[in-house]
Amino acid sequence: MNEKNFIKLEYEILQNDFTRAGEASSNIKKILKQLGIEAKIVRKVAIATYEAEMNIVIHSYGGMIKVIITEQYVDIYAIDKGPGIKDIELAMKEGYSTAPNHIRELGFGAGMGLPNMKRCSDEFNIESIPNEKTEVYMRIYINKI
Amino acid sequence: MKLKEIKEILNAKVLTGEEYLDREVLSAFGSDLMSDVLAFIDDGSVLLTGLTNPQVIRTAEMIDLHAIVFVRGKKPSKEIIEMAKLHNITILLTDYTLYTACGKLYEKGLKGISVEGVIK
Repeated sequence: MNEKNFIKLEYEILQNDFTRAGEASSNIKKILKQLGIEAKIVRKVAIATYEAEMNIVIHSYGGMIKVIITEQYVDIYAIDKGPGIKDIELAMKEGYSTAPNHIRELGFGAGMGLPNMKRCSDEFNIESIPNEKTEVYMRIYINKI
Repeated sequence: MKLKEIKEILNAKVLTGEEYLDREVLSAFGSDLMSDVLAFIDDGSVLLTGLTNPQVIRTAEMIDLHAIVFVRGKKPSKEIIEMAKLHNITILLTDYTLYTACGKLYEKGLKGISVEGVIK
């Protein structure tokens, strides 16, 4: 891969699809491994995409995860249509969650999703319009400069 | 500590991954919160949990966990065992509760994970 070469992956994520939840992230992880990317980086991307995927399944009306892999970095976009986030600062706080009980019973909704995503990424941005959409952008460097 | 020692200490049944019982485990983590698992666990750890849904296996897959102990005799579905098999994850089943299972392993020298510097 030279600088202009990149791999683009796109996955549609369905609302409340708990049987398939995680398949996109599993697939992304497999591809990164096949590309020979260092295990530590692969794990960061896996955690970031998996939390993003679960967020879309749990909180949105559906959305997508887009991944762009270059030689230098992995960019992840998690975009959904849904209720959005009214107070992003609060949502970023560890332990804060709006997930209902049936989600907590699945082991999620502990209020660690967004903080985990931020922790795993080198660049992180979240934007949301209440009652419309949420967009999360994450960049994880493969070769740290 | 080897997985087979964990199996003995917990009187556990092996549901899948018998062939990996010689794997070395460096630390353990007990939780039903998958985001906490994603935040704190590193590979080389074993997860003890009372949660038996597919997301537990997905979580283990994401962070390259080799082994899961399901506590309080809660048997996961066949589908979940198959999923674990596919990812070379050993699944143990113990009748002990989460607290007791963790305590028994700790007593024998298996420490908890270190919270600092797991991901960054």
